[in-house]
Order: sequence, then structure tokens, then C-alpha cells
Amino acid sequence: MQSKPIALKILDVVSIILLGISTYLALFFAPTEAVMGDVQRVFYFHIGTAWVGLLGFVIAAVAGIVYLITKDLRWDRFEVAAVEVSTVFFFITIVLGSIWARPAWNTWWTWDPRLTTAAITELIYIAYFMLRQGIEDPEKRARFGAVYTLLGGLSAPLTFMVIRLFRTIHPVVIGNASAAAEGGFSMTPDMRTAFFFALFAFTVIFIDMIWHRLRLGALEEKVEQLKLNVSL
Amino acid sequence: MLLETIPDTSGYMIAGYAISFITMGLYAISLYIRRKNLNRDLETLESLQETKKK
Repeated sequence: MQSKPIALKILDVVSIILLGISTYLALFFAPTEAVMGDVQRVFYFHIGTAWVGLLGFVIAAVAGIVYLITKDLRWDRFEVAAVEVSTVFFFITIVLGSIWARPAWNTWWTWDPRLTTAAITELIYIAYFMLRQGIEDPEKRARFGAVYTLLGGLSAPLTFMVIRLFRTIHPVVIGNASAAAEGGFSMTPDMRTAFFFALFAFTVIFIDMIWHRLRLGALEEKVEQLKLNVSL
Repeated sequence: MLLETIPDTSGYMIAGYAISFITMGLYAISLYIRRKNLNRDLETLESLQETKKK
């Protein structure tokens, strides 16, 4: 059994500490927003998870391109890791957004351009895993995955840009919001500290989880290879 | 006189953070369980391979 590298052990501890500090900053350090109250505090994790979620989908698309050029299956493993971890984080983003929307917009969900593109993005990557499972040949599966994530990756910048391009009720914290935006607020310096720290903390946690998923992928490949050897 | 009070939306905040931690925790557990199962499979397959060689 492969033992866990010391650097990964350190990264695990650092990730837990950063998550704890980020939670403290969001819940206790940042001031309460005057109009929305405490629910605004979900914003820090909402943005932190959205950042790594969308980043991972773009990274997966790049890994897909590299796989198509090199045909090295390690890039496929990397792509799977990025998609899986990002899908988990992006799920949290959507749920937090919905929880925030209930008191802010008086509804759990609305088919606003941002919410719609976010939901489509998440569904694209859930389908990715379902479709991959149906392909047995590793190279065919990797080729399919690479093309799929390359096309699916377009949904990440679209989701990011949609509130800046279309009329939407989703607020824009950095940049110019649509005239129809509801629930926006100006960040105080303490809010900014909590916000940027959350971005940093989730980036580190994302790297940690990707590393764990990569190790799992390597083990999966080893088992798959041994199964083939034993059956021959 | 207008009294401005901050609305109590702490319940939503608690629910949001609880779901975030539960989801991240469940994912970490799933990584651990999958790894454990794969290690078990690996041990079985390696012993099968050894038997086959003999």
C-alpha cells in the first residue's frame, strides 16, 4: 500500500486550518450586512467555492487538450480529478446561492441567466461521469472525456460572464451590476479581508483535494491493469 | 420615527454553512472509502497473480 507523501499530509493540515480561519473570518470577523443580515455571510463560501469550481472546469479543459496532443493517460487522470472536485464545490455554490436567494429574492430558485447557466454547467459535468462509465476502453474513454471537457469548459467562462453581459437579478460584487440586480452590497475593508481569504483558502483546499483524487486515480488504473493481467 | 433593524436571517446562514461542511466532509469520506476498497482489491488481485504464477 502506497503511503501518503509528507507534503500531502502537511497540505491536509494547512487546508483544515485555512478552512477554520476562513469560517471564523466569515462568521465573526466580517461585519453584518445591514440589509440582508447574517445570510450575507454565505457569500464568502459561495464565491470561494464558485471560484475553484469554475477554475477546475477550465483546468479540466486544458488537461483534455494536453491529452489529445500527448495521448498520455496521466492527463486524463488529471482531468477526471479536476472535474470531480469542481463538481462537488460547484454544487455547494449552487446550494448556497439558493439559500441566500430565499430571504434576498423571496424565492429559492428563479430561471435567471446566471442561475440557469450555473445549473447547466453542473449538469454537464454530472453527465460527464455517467457517460464515462459507459466506455470500457481506457483510451476511447480518455478521448471522449477530453473532447467533452473541452466543449463543457466553455460553460465556465459563460457562467462567469453572463451577469456582466445580460440583464439579470444576480448581483455583481466586483464590476458593474445589471440595473435589475437585487441583493447587491458594497464591501467594507473587513468584508474584503474575509472575501480574499476565502478565495485563498478554497484554492489551497482545491489543490489538496485534487492531489487526493489524483492518487486515487493512479490506484484505480493499477487495479484495472491488474484485473486485465489476472483475467488473461 | 423609523426604526431600522437588521433582519434575522441567521437560520439561513447556519443552514448554508452546515450544508457546505457536510458536503465537503462527505466527499472527503468518499475519497477515503474508495481508496480503502481499491487497496483491498489490489491485495486480492496481487495474491491471485501470485497464485497464478505458481
